Amino acid sequence: MSVAAIQIGTLARRAVVRTARQPANVFFPLVFPMLLLAVNSGGLKAETRLPGFPTDSFLAFALAVPFVQGALLATINANVEFARDIQTGFLNRLALTPVRGITLLVGQLGGLVTIALVQAVFYLAVGLAFGVRLESGIGGAALLLALELVIALGFAAMGSWAALRTGSTEAVQSLFPVFFVFLFISSMNIPRNLIETDRFRWVATANPVSYLIESVRALVIEGWNWEAIGLGFAVAGGLSLIGFTLAAHALMRRLERT
Amino acid sequence: MNDTLTVARAVAWRSLNNVFKNPAIFLPSLLFPLFFFTAFVGGLSAVANIPGFDFPNGYTAFQFVFVLLQSAAFTGVFTGFGMARDFENGFMRRLMLAAPSRSGIVVGYAISTLIRWLAVASLVTVVALIAHMDVGGDGVDLFGLYVLGLLLNIAGTLWATGVAMRLRTQQAAPVMQMPVFLILFFAPVYVPLGLLKGWIHGVASVNPITALLEAGRGLISGRPELTLAAFAIVAGLVLGFAAWAIRGLRRAEAAG
Repeated sequence: MSVAAIQIGTLARRAVVRTARQPANVFFPLVFPMLLLAVNSGGLKAETRLPGFPTDSFLAFALAVPFVQGALLATINANVEFARDIQTGFLNRLALTPVRGITLLVGQLGGLVTIALVQAVFYLAVGLAFGVRLESGIGGAALLLALELVIALGFAAMGSWAALRTGSTEAVQSLFPVFFVFLFISSMNIPRNLIETDRFRWVATANPVSYLIESVRALVIEGWNWEAIGLGFAVAGGLSLIGFTLAAHALMRRLERT
Repeated sequence: MNDTLTVARAVAWRSLNNVFKNPAIFLPSLLFPLFFFTAFVGGLSAVANIPGFDFPNGYTAFQFVFVLLQSAAFTGVFTGFGMARDFENGFMRRLMLAAPSRSGIVVGYAISTLIRWLAVASLVTVVALIAHMDVGGDGVDLFGLYVLGLLLNIAGTLWATGVAMRLRTQQAAPVMQMPVFLILFFAPVYVPLGLLKGWIHGVASVNPITALLEAGRGLISGRPELTLAAFAIVAGLVLGFAAWAIRGLRRAEAAG
């Protein structure tokens, strides 16, 4: 195994272990999306009686939301820890070692993505336990996890950028409401074609989070809708690429300062 | 009594000064209700077309009541976050040493939260009116609605105060927030109680917040229902959580 791979593995493991050692950081991202799912699937079940609603199970319709929300929660929490590394000087000490900057970033992101994947498996298991059947089958479940990986990478990269750019735990925490707003002004609770308010439909259409949710939702309730799946991967991939580029640039600048 | 009022006034002034001068603290409590309102009214207005949805004043007024009450409860919770922060940075310990009447501390935080919520409620109301909310109730009905919110705001503050006084750390935030979130959302948030089916109907039927929501919706539509029950429930919450907060204060005192 190459030195870089060992370094990436070590840093990723550190990110995972550090999160796992803080029960609040494990419990909250697992439970909160499930509670929101329970609340919405109970409260909005009547929505399935609207003409044109794509399924008769609101639980199946809403199951896509925890995947995006969970990725968001996990990566924000973990990036708060990354910002703490900067505040406490850990990153500076790491910069004195032979670890390359890009290795550090990949290791950090790898850890965050691993956490998000574990959560995704949990959400999927809960959905299946409560009677949701994936229209895309076992292959769809595998693709769903791959999609979750890219979504989590996108959020993680943006969060890491914020952590590296500001070096402040508060600044990273303040990203949560921003992402949360994007979630709420998306098609999370109703298909876009059933949104009656034109301005809200326009906002939901322009909101990239809608495409992330709709791609996961397509795998659950529609099957192999390649347009929705492709859009989801494209948005998540674009977010990852932009986030990674910004984070890498911010890391280089921070190491220069060091 | 004079000591309590003096301490309460000083604590309220400091808390309001902190909140209004620090956008990072004030903006979330201001923006969250607005985003909920926008998301629910803008995104879910089609829900009003579901057969059996019988609220006469439209979905905007239906959701306004929820958002108003939710903002009341959550503004109280946000104050709890501030108290926990004051414990962590040592300010609360100094305050307890200096205050001749420590119950004035709780009263002061409650007053500041009330003023903070009035600012939030005013903005949410203006936004709802701009969104053409149909109001069927008269002045007395609307006054009743806002008093209901105000009492819920006090109850929320006292709940969060009790938690903050016992745990004295910002890590207690989910403990303050999660039960409030759950009790609010396990009520008929999106559709009337009659349209809820299954387990959520059972939970909502015994949830005390359901009566508050139904009374609030009755007041805004000018067809009051469950109003007395709602006021009795919220008065009970205020009394119960006042005891919870004061006992928490005693524990904080005992902890030094």
